[in-house]
Formats: sequence, C-alpha cells, structure tokens
Amino acid sequence: MVRFLNVNKDYGKLSVIHQLDFDVAEGEMVTIIGPSGSGKTTVLRILMTLEPISGGVIYVNGKPLTHMAKAGVLVPADERHFRQMRSSIGMCFQHFNLFPHMTALQNCMEGPVQVLGLAKKEARERSEELLTMVGMIDKKDQHPSRLSGGQQQRVAIARALAMRPKVMLFDEVTSALDPEVIGEVTNVIRKLVAEHNLTMLMVTHQMGFARDISDRVCFFYGGKIEEEGSPHDLFENPQRDRTRQFLSAVKEAY
Amino acid sequence: MSIWEFLRTYGPALASGTLTTCTEFVLATAIAIIVAVVMGLAKLSSNWLIRAPAIVYIEIFRGTSLLVQLYWIFFVLPLFGITLPKSIAGFLSVGLNCGAYGAELVRGAIQSVPRGQWEAATAISLSPAVRMRRIILPQALSIMLPPWGNLLIELLKGTALVALISVSDLMFEVKQINAMTYLSAQAFGTALVIYYLLARFLITPFMRWLERVVARGLGRV
Ligand SMILES: Nc1ncnc2c1ncn2[C@@H]1O[C@H](COP(=O)(O)OP(=O)(O)OP(=O)(O)O)[C@@H](O)[C@H]1O
Ligand SMILES: [Mg+2]
Repeated sequence: MVRFLNVNKDYGKLSVIHQLDFDVAEGEMVTIIGPSGSGKTTVLRILMTLEPISGGVIYVNGKPLTHMAKAGVLVPADERHFRQMRSSIGMCFQHFNLFPHMTALQNCMEGPVQVLGLAKKEARERSEELLTMVGMIDKKDQHPSRLSGGQQQRVAIARALAMRPKVMLFDEVTSALDPEVIGEVTNVIRKLVAEHNLTMLMVTHQMGFARDISDRVCFFYGGKIEEEGSPHDLFENPQRDRTRQFLSAVKEAY
Repeated sequence: MSIWEFLRTYGPALASGTLTTCTEFVLATAIAIIVAVVMGLAKLSSNWLIRAPAIVYIEIFRGTSLLVQLYWIFFVLPLFGITLPKSIAGFLSVGLNCGAYGAELVRGAIQSVPRGQWEAATAISLSPAVRMRRIILPQALSIMLPPWGNLLIELLKGTALVALISVSDLMFEVKQINAMTYLSAQAFGTALVIYYLLARFLITPFMRWLERVVARGLGRV
C-alpha cells in the first residue's frame, strides 16, 4: 500500500532520512518508535506531502506520490497530482490543528464539501456518523475552543476519516493530552483497527499501546529503520543494542 | 461671538463638510481594503511576476508622502491624459496610500496564522485557493482587526488633506470660515472636536463590534 524506495530527506546539510526502504501492506497497522529527532515525524510528513523529499520514490496504492509518469519517465509532480494523491491519505497531528472558526461538525464537513464535492446533506450525514463513532456527536456544534484536548483529537480523527482515506497517519496523537484522557483517543484508534481495513502508520511513545495494537513495530534511529518486527519480538527480544537501550530508557521514564 | 452663536451660524456649512468627510472616508476605506487584500496576497505569491508589482506598489505608497501622492494624482495625472474629478482624486489617493499600509497588515496576519492550520488544511486536500479563503483568511481577519482600527483612524485624519485640492470636506469648510471671520479658535477647535468624535464614537466602537463578531465566529466569547 505504501512503499518507500531509497528515500532521502535533507534539511540543508542535515540528512534526516537516509536511504529509507519501507513497506506497509494494505490493512496493516505499523507503529514507529524511536528517540527524539530520529525522523519519525518526518516520515509521516513526507507521506502527507507536507515536506518534499530529496531523493528516492514513494508509492502509495501503486502510484508514485511525489512524481508523475510522463512519457514513460518519472517527473516531479505538480500541485494537481499532489492533491489527488493526498485524498487517499489522512493525518492526525500532535496538536490536533482543528479549524478554530468552525464547529466540530463543520470541521468534519469541510473536506467532503470543498474537495469531494458532496452535497451538504450527505456531508453532514457522513460527519455525524463519524462523530458518533468517536463519541463526539453531542458536542458537534461546539467550537474547538470549548473542547478538551481529548475531545479535539477525537474530532480531528473524525475530520480525517470523513475524507475516506485508505491510509491514516497518526503523529503522537496522545502526546499533548492529559493522562486521564489518553484512553478516550486510544480507544477510538483501537476501534478503527478492529472494525476497518485501514492502513495505518502511527508514531507513539506509548509502548504498551503500540504493543497491543500493532501488526508490526519499527524502531527508528538516525533516519533509518534500525530494527523491525512483530510487537512481541521487538519488545521481548530486541536484537540490536540501540533498541535495547531505547526500550530500557523508555521503561524507566514511564 | 460665543461658541453657540458660532455653531448656529456656521452649523450648516460644518455639517455639509462633515458629511463630505464621511463620504470620502467610506470610499477611501473601500479602496484601501480592496488594495490591501489584493496587494497583501500578491506579496505572498510564490510567483515572482505577481510579487514584484506588489512590492513596488507598497514601497512607493508607503515610502512617499500622502500629500505628494494626492498632488500627483490630481495635478500630474492630467498631463498624461487622466483627469479625475477632485473628490475622486481625493478618496483615491487616501485609499491607495492606506491600502499600502493595509497590505502589510494583511500579509503579516496571513503569515501569523499557525503553520498547523495550513498543514491540516493541506492534509484534507483543500486546494491552495480554498485553503486561503476558507481556513486562513478568516483567522487572519481576527489577527488584523485591531491594527486595522488604528489604520482607519489614520485614514480619517488623512482625508483632511483633500481640502488642499478644494474638496469641500470639513477641513475645507473650516478654513473658509476662518478666512472670512478670523475666528480661528472656534473654527479649528470645532474641526478638532468633530474629527475626534468621528474617530472615537464611530470608528472605534464599530471596530470593537467587528472584533466581537469575529471572536464569536471563532467560538471565543
Ligand atoms: N523544518 C526543519 N528544518 C530543519 N530541520 C528539521 C526540520 N524539521 C525537522 N528537522 C530535524 O529533523 C530531525 C528529525 O525530526 P523529526 O521531527 O522527524 O523527529 P522525531 O523523530 O519526530 O522526533 P520527536 O520524537 O522529538 O518528535 C531532527 O533532527 C530535527 O531537528
Ligand atoms: Mg515527532
């Protein structure tokens, strides 16, 4: 579903992602863990086309993400191609980024109406269904400023899902939340995993959650995958020193 | 002559001048808003050909004196075959001048909408135009309203210059009264008070009201 081939990302002289090869199968839930600055967020931002890549090719659903085929060769994509590719990808951010001038419902309806061209009524039905799924239907007419962090994040998940993406990206969606509301967001993600065939890529620092929910866990270090495997293998029996160090450091911290 | 007698005698002239000042103010504000939005957006364009004219425009109209601009539009443009009636030349130059300042307010406000908002809009595939219109501009509006309040008060004061090309605004009427009667203190004193009242009791409350409306739109009441 998602394939990174020899992808590089540099910021000036700093190489953040280095020759990354990475595959995610359809319907797979992959969690990315790793120390701060290892490039976890960058991988998601590249996929969401919020950052251009410096080298390599990415395929999403068989189509090149940042390139278009023109007369048999791949050339850098234009804005239209980007927009078309984006519509199959949804992303949730650490700081929610809901639109503050719109209610929860309007936040969810914006994409379906403006991008997919749905009629208001249809967009509303779709959004209300999703807000019900995330448990936010009774707050649908509230502006984000009236919602708690956990509530905002659940609306943000509904907003992303309203575009019916094939791939969902979650970047530390619980990191900015108070401990007692983390559960309401992780429960929504659990539900997505159980009930939908979405391909998901999640960055998290919650190792317990990663372990319960993932099909595969990737440990990033220095812009590369240092080690990957099933949650059981990676957490119980890490092969690499750096993985072991990271896991024991995280265990101490929590 | 007491101030009451003064007002009774010259009230009609003062009222008509004030009305002209208000008209010039409203029309100049309309021009300033249009120019500010167009030039502010153009200055943010990634296309050099769109950005360059905006930069030149803003530099010229902010960098030179309003009075000189007014004289240019009224006295010099006719030499190039463009003759404008004086009242139009008046609000046009004030509007174009304040529009250049407004353009910087628009640009600054757009740039201070948090990056996360641009990214979230991009992540739901909004096109750049829709993203600007539906997500960024409404938030930029609430950021730039307070400085616009100041700018509009400056604009009101700037309209007094149109008297110099004989538009019969408040300043023009007051100067005429002064020339006829030598009642300088009463004449210019009244003008001072009227300009203050317009700024303090029309523009400022209106802007406050607008700020409240926009804040309500953001759910911050
Ligand atoms: N816009 C940018 N310009 C320059 N350097 C950047 C930029 N964004 C990220 N970086 C650098 O890229 C590296 C990887 O950043 P990234 O945000 O992907 O890390 P991360 O693994 O998500 O870390 P964290 O756990 O702290 O969120 C860091 O060294 C960071 O300083
Ligand atoms: Mg990060």
